[in-house]
Amino acid sequence: MNFSTPALPLLTGRGLTKRYDGRGGCVDVDIDIYPGEVLCIVGESGSGKSTLLNALALRTPVNDGTLHYRSVEHELLDLFALPMPRRRMLARTDWGFVHQNARDGLRHGVSAGANIGEPLMANGARHYGRLRETASDWMNQVELDATRIDELPSAFSGGMQQRLQIARNLVTKPRLVFMDEPTAGLDVSVQARLLDLLRTLTAKLHLAALIVTHDIGVARLLAHRLMVMKDGRVVESGLTDQVLDDPQHPYTQTLVASVLPV
Amino acid sequence: MNARIEESAMAEGYNFAYLDEQTKRMIRRALLKAVAVPGHQVPFASREMPLPYGWGTGGLQVTSAIIGRSDTLKVIDQGSDETTNAVNIRRFFARTAGVATTTRTVEASIIQTRHRIPETPLTEAQILVYQVPMPEPLFRLEPRVSESRKLHALADYGLINVKYYEDIVQHGSIATTYDYPVLVNDRYLTSPSPIPKFDNPKMHMNPALQLFGAGRERRIYAIPPYTKVRSLDFEDHPFTIQQWDHECALCGSRDSFLDEMIVDDAGARMFVCSDSDYCQERRAAQEDA
Repeated sequence: MNFSTPALPLLTGRGLTKRYDGRGGCVDVDIDIYPGEVLCIVGESGSGKSTLLNALALRTPVNDGTLHYRSVEHELLDLFALPMPRRRMLARTDWGFVHQNARDGLRHGVSAGANIGEPLMANGARHYGRLRETASDWMNQVELDATRIDELPSAFSGGMQQRLQIARNLVTKPRLVFMDEPTAGLDVSVQARLLDLLRTLTAKLHLAALIVTHDIGVARLLAHRLMVMKDGRVVESGLTDQVLDDPQHPYTQTLVASVLPV
Repeated sequence: MNARIEESAMAEGYNFAYLDEQTKRMIRRALLKAVAVPGHQVPFASREMPLPYGWGTGGLQVTSAIIGRSDTLKVIDQGSDETTNAVNIRRFFARTAGVATTTRTVEASIIQTRHRIPETPLTEAQILVYQVPMPEPLFRLEPRVSESRKLHALADYGLINVKYYEDIVQHGSIATTYDYPVLVNDRYLTSPSPIPKFDNPKMHMNPALQLFGAGRERRIYAIPPYTKVRSLDFEDHPFTIQQWDHECALCGSRDSFLDEMIVDDAGARMFVCSDSDYCQERRAAQEDA
C-alpha cells in the first residue's frame, strides 16, 4: 500500500441523496476518494451501494448534494454543473466503469480487439495498426490469450469476458475506475484470479478504484478503505483492517460475523 | 445531338406537383434549415405518397416542394433513366406538374436519384435530390435513437471506426462499399444514401445543391454547394474507390462506375456503364467523330 499519496482527494461527494419516490437509494452520503486508493463500499442488497456508485459516476441524477472532481490540471470541477460534453469527455478519458455483467459493458457484435479499441477510437485514435498493438498488449496485461484478439466476446468464458471489460476500461489510462460487483457471478477460483489481477493492476497503474461489493472477502483483499452501508446510509467507515477486525456498528458486526469460516 | 427534352401537359384535378401548397411550405422550411446546418437531419411531417415506402417517397416530396414550371426534370435509378422506378417518377411529375423531362444530365435543372450520382459533372444551376431509405448513419451501430442524437450533438463518431476496425479484421479492408458514411463540413456524420462509395468523392465541393429526403424515416438533410465532404477511414487504411479491370463494353469508358451483367446461360459477362446517359453521350460523340 502506498501511503505517500497527496492529501487532496480526487473525488469529493457531500450530502449525496438519491431517493426513488421517497424510498430506497442513498441518503446524505459524504465520500472522498484519494488518488491511488481502493475504496470498497460493502452492504447488503438494497442498501443503496449501487445507487451511490451510479450517482458518483454521473450515471444517475441525484436529488441533493454536491460532487467535485480534481482534474489532471488540478482544477476542481463541480460535476453536477459540468456541461454534458465535458462530462462525457471525463467519463471516457479519466474514468472507467466496470459493470457487474460483462455483457452490459461489452459490445457483443464486434471482436475482442474492437472492444478494447473502442474507447480509444472514441477519443480520436484513427490508426488501425496501432490500435491492434494496444489491444493485444492489453489482452496480455489482463492475462488473456492475445491470439484470440479477433474472436467475439461470446467466445470467451465469463471470467475472461470480465477481464476483457477491465482491459477496455483501463486502455484509456483512467485515474478513477468504478466497479459494480466485478466478481459476482464468477466461480471461486476465477474470482481469486480476477481479484489478484485487479490488485496488481490498481497498484501498478496507481489507479483509484471505487468497488461496490457485498462480499467481505473481496473487500479484505482489495480495499485500503471501507465504507459500510445500510438502508441508504453509511454506518461505518475507516481502514479495512480496522473496520473488519474491530467493527463498531452492530450491523458491521453482524456482517463480519456472518462470513463462513473455511 | 438533338435535345431529348419532352414537353408534357399537366393532368387536371391535381395541385401543381401533387402536394398541396401548405405541405410544400412545410417541406421548404425543413429544407432551408437543412441547408443552413449541412448534414444535419431535420425532421419533417412526411406525407403519404401514391407509391410505397422504399420507392422514393422522400425524394418525391422534396422534388415536389422545389420544382417550378420552368424546371426540367431527370430521374435516375441505379444510374439508369429506364428502370421502373425512374420511369414512374418521371411520368408522375410530367402528369402532376406538366414540367419538361429529360434523360440528359446536362439539360436537367433537377435530378432525382436513387443509388447513383451522374458521371457528368453537375453545375451550380442544378439540384440533386436523393431518395434515402435510412438517413441515420449510426443506425446499425447504436440501436437507441436518443443515444444516436447525443452522439450527433457531441460529434462523437468513434463508433464508425469500430465498425471499420471489425471490417478490416474480417475482410482485410473496409468492406462498406455503398452508403459509406461521410463527415459533412467537418461536423455532422451523414448517410450519403445507398450510392456506391465510388460516388462519395463527387459529393465533395460539388457545385450543385444536394438534397436528401427520407419519407419513411421523416428526415430531410442537405449538402449545400461547395461543401467539404469527407469519407471516414483509418490513417493506415485510407478510403479508396472501386476500380475495374475492364472498360465499358459499349462506350469504352475506363473511369465510370461499371455494372457487371451476365448475358447468357453459359455465364458470359459484360461490363457496362451504370450511368446510361453518360454511356449514350459518349457513344454518340464517338459516332459523330
